[in-house]
Amino acid sequence: MSSPPANPTPEQQSRRERFRYAVVNADRSRVALYAVLAGLVAFYLAPLEAGLMTAFKTTDAFNRTIPFLPPITGGFTIEPWIIAFETLWNGFINSMLLAIPATILSAGLGSIAAYGLTTIDWKYQMPIVALFVAGIFIPYQAVLVPLSRLFAIVNTPELLSFLWGLPLMHEHYASIINLIVAHVAYGIPITFLLFRGYYQSFSEEMIEAARLDGASVFSIYRNIVLPLSKPMFAVTLIYQFTQIWNDLLFALVILPSGGGAAAPITLALNSLTGGMITTFNTQMAGAFVAALPTLIVYVLFGEQFAKGVAS
Amino acid sequence: MQRLKDVLRRIRPGEREPGRGLRADGGEVRDENRADGEARTDGGATVTGERAESETGTRGSLLSSDFVQSLPFWLPPFLLMGFFVYGAIGWNFVISLTDFEGLLLPEYKLSAFDFEMYRQAFGDPSFWTAARNTFVLLVAFTGICLVFGLLLAILVDQDIRFENTFRTIYLLPMSLSFVVTAKFWAWMYNAQYGIVNVTLRQLGLDFLTTQWISNPQTKLAAVIFALIWQFSGYAMVVYLAGLRAIPTEHYEAARVDGASTLKMYWRVILPQLRASTMGAAVVLMVFALKAFDFLYVMFGNNPGPAADILATMMFREAFGSNNWAYGSAIAIVLFGMALAVVAPYLYSEYRRGEL
Repeated sequence: MSSPPANPTPEQQSRRERFRYAVVNADRSRVALYAVLAGLVAFYLAPLEAGLMTAFKTTDAFNRTIPFLPPITGGFTIEPWIIAFETLWNGFINSMLLAIPATILSAGLGSIAAYGLTTIDWKYQMPIVALFVAGIFIPYQAVLVPLSRLFAIVNTPELLSFLWGLPLMHEHYASIINLIVAHVAYGIPITFLLFRGYYQSFSEEMIEAARLDGASVFSIYRNIVLPLSKPMFAVTLIYQFTQIWNDLLFALVILPSGGGAAAPITLALNSLTGGMITTFNTQMAGAFVAALPTLIVYVLFGEQFAKGVAS
Repeated sequence: MQRLKDVLRRIRPGEREPGRGLRADGGEVRDENRADGEARTDGGATVTGERAESETGTRGSLLSSDFVQSLPFWLPPFLLMGFFVYGAIGWNFVISLTDFEGLLLPEYKLSAFDFEMYRQAFGDPSFWTAARNTFVLLVAFTGICLVFGLLLAILVDQDIRFENTFRTIYLLPMSLSFVVTAKFWAWMYNAQYGIVNVTLRQLGLDFLTTQWISNPQTKLAAVIFALIWQFSGYAMVVYLAGLRAIPTEHYEAARVDGASTLKMYWRVILPQLRASTMGAAVVLMVFALKAFDFLYVMFGNNPGPAADILATMMFREAFGSNNWAYGSAIAIVLFGMALAVVAPYLYSEYRRGEL
């Protein structure tokens, strides 16, 4: 064993150096290692692969073929996709109308709250910080009854009645607005924590220097903190978009039974069954349609997503 | 303004300042700045002077003005969140003291408030079944996810090629909605045509095939297995970050001492991953509590005694049978369980200065 380098910091250690102390470094075990890693890939992709194959099979074909094999024996069809798109399109639009504003609003509010409680220091801020952070961990069941009661009492369509006369506006958007409000409110704790961690890494000196130059807390936020927040906004927006797009529970509770015209795609997918017979091919195609936006976001920004998730 | 630009040029957010980033406690951070200020020629002294002053005589007024100035930033989000989170929990608790089964709102009569709903819950066998299933789900799911995630992280940490690709694939299921994954797994577990049984039959293991999600003996295990599939990648990512933070000398020292691989991980590496384990465990438990969506898509309102958890029972009672007060009481029990896990965690984070 060669002598260790003098005081390397973790950053300085090359991957090669780590490898010297890795468990698996004999050639034969390396082959086994890659075999295990490939097996795990199969494990994680199997349900998706089987779903994708099934979505291209006729009902008859998926009954007589092996689920994970492609539909080469004459049972190929794209009909499930057409049905899924037709059934879920409205939900897809609703989810977009819901997820985009709710994502932006919750990220923005999380950012300003974290700024107000991290870069501006005052004496008793820790209890407030704790209340923000604890909000992440509450089980949603503890708020469902009040939430459903609140939106049953507050008549949003009537409150916003001036809107429905405008072009492109529909009365069922009131339900979507209710959902946006809920998602924004419940998204604030996590966006707050993500931004707080990031702002803690800012140098105090930087803020102090700006302050001595006579910048107000507002202009410090606008001119220094906000521009520097771009990477964290990326992480937060990705995270929140996935969360809000994927939600089912709030839609179940806040929307009228079945969701009506305002049903987001998760709710629509849940009720996508072919009458009495469950057609798995249509359901699988529907699952992919519903998963498409988050899959795209994840593939494009996977690294940032992983980073955000890890923090 | 010139100085500000200099500072901005010198300090980019990625490069963490040592004292500030660690934030062990306020004192160290200040010392760091003071030393820095003295090293500089002009502006640094002013910074130090201002700080010293703010810490002594004018402390009160400066702090209060900082407080007032920070209000417009955090108060509106705080009110919104506070109303929906803490206000709603409070309201939920009040409802749980009534016997509300009606339409819009209960009648709040102080004299009628009692803990009858909690008494009813604790005397209800189906409540205890759901509580037991919740406990099994939490412990089994979190425990297996952690062990599996650690093994994955160690494998991925072997200086492999295409590390990013492997990591991305292992984390992929997490980006999917519970609704989507429940649809996939309902198909995987399908008794006749599902991939699990078909594969078992191909392997000649017919005796192992069963109706995975309708057989009471396998129901909960099948759900837990699918949830592990969805979230073990998360544990891997957390552990990977933890492993990367351990200096190579520690591996080296263990090797020099002649420790076996297993011993090295058990005695040297694992103890240093305590923070990763705690963090991942808390978040995984939160995911497990959200597994409601998954169960709801698979089984609808009533998964049956074998897989009923408090979350599904609460939803069924409140929204299925209009037993609002009863559902609220179950929800408060669930909240208490979450609090028992999270409060110590948050407190220890606070003590470590990580909050």
